[in-house]
Amino acid sequence: MKHLLSAGDLSRDEATLILDTAAELLSVAKRPIKKLPTLRGRTIVNLFFEDSTRTRISFEAAAKRLSADVINFSAKGSSASKGESLKDTALTLQAMGADAVVIRHHASGAPYRLAHSKWSNGAVVNAGDGTHEHPTQALLDAFTMRSHLGDLAGKDITIVGDVLHSRVARSNALLLDTLGANVTLVAPPTLLPVGVETWPVATSYDFDASLEKADAVMMLRVQRERMNASFFPSAREYSRRYGLDVARMNRLPQHAIVMHPGPMNRGMEINADVADSDRSVIVEQVTNGVAVRMAVLYLLLGGATEGEDS
Amino acid sequence: MDATDISRALTRITHEILEKNRDAEQVVILGIPTRGVELAQRIAAKMTEVEGTTITPGALDVTMYRDDLRLRAPRALEPTNVPEDIDGRVVVLVDDVLMSGRTIRAALDALSELGRPKAVQLAVLVDRGHRELPIRADFVGKNLPTAKTEKVQVRLAEFDGTEDSVQIEGDR
Repeated sequence: MKHLLSAGDLSRDEATLILDTAAELLSVAKRPIKKLPTLRGRTIVNLFFEDSTRTRISFEAAAKRLSADVINFSAKGSSASKGESLKDTALTLQAMGADAVVIRHHASGAPYRLAHSKWSNGAVVNAGDGTHEHPTQALLDAFTMRSHLGDLAGKDITIVGDVLHSRVARSNALLLDTLGANVTLVAPPTLLPVGVETWPVATSYDFDASLEKADAVMMLRVQRERMNASFFPSAREYSRRYGLDVARMNRLPQHAIVMHPGPMNRGMEINADVADSDRSVIVEQVTNGVAVRMAVLYLLLGGATEGEDS
Repeated sequence: MDATDISRALTRITHEILEKNRDAEQVVILGIPTRGVELAQRIAAKMTEVEGTTITPGALDVTMYRDDLRLRAPRALEPTNVPEDIDGRVVVLVDDVLMSGRTIRAALDALSELGRPKAVQLAVLVDRGHRELPIRADFVGKNLPTAKTEKVQVRLAEFDGTEDSVQIEGDR
């Protein structure tokens, strides 16, 4: 594994290795000294062309807990706002000696471009590209589900909401399929992407019908900032048909968990009472995110780099 | 060494640990994965038998502290499980084979981030020489003089599915 660009690139063994490694690294957060010396002297650049709180802080915490040096770059207040291209930014970072680049970009495919160009030879980690993929989110979701539900093979996972604009949904669908889970995507017809029938998932327009068998329900944020047309008549109608409220939550099986990748629109796709209930593992997802990202950085940067393998 | 030799060596090491430390309550046994963990369990079981108080062994994974990480592909991590607070206690590290001493150096680093033990001691089943660091074992099952090109293979029933044994295997 040289880069992490897509959840679909991971084999079952690789995904399991990342999750198992994360399980061990989770205990580091409970120790008095929350630091491992493993990546000392390595430089990791957080290259964020799009706003982010959770993901950027999570990657920063993960890198620092492994003793790597972290350089944070956000498009606002950098030369990118003066019109510098991705290529020139990447060349600059390469000249400064970055061992890994964690990139979030508003254009789908930007991490792929960066990884397959000659602009930099560090590892590239996709931290969300446009409406394409967000593999570390899928890994932390799988990690959270696995810690509550055990082995994911044969489990029923329902992902509800704005699938069309969601990189989280795509990465989750690919990874969960690799891990053997059955994924159902639930959304209004306007919010399912073209070509969804080629994904390894089932689809439905009816949220209520998929409640009783779900082992986990993942609510997606309605991404207003990416919507350039009317995808549903009103927020209230969306919320009534596709929002998770207490009545719907009570129809889930006893062991089922409620997830949300954040940031939440309370009252829209998820009710505040549900988000704060003990079924909700939303805060735990954030904690697990740091451990999963530590595992990814360790497995990408911790060993010999390609070519000097013994 | 065959199964009986290994069992005898572990019994002797157990008694030596107890003789040196007197108070078994103060001792924390930590095995270094993978086979060290099993050896630590056996030593702890023998200590429990002799002393009558239950001794819980732990495991200490040192992968993240190794100095040769960059020389190989990344390795999977093994569980770390330290049963109690180690501050002020005597920690006995247990490993199967002692050679360069680099694993033990990594273990000492890992320990120092978990707490401040009163003392750290080292028990190994086999000491095969070729030290690269100023490290020595307090309790040794057997000293096996070897050539550097040889390989010492420890097999334990729980891991390898064969009878316990220690063998020197020739040049590879």
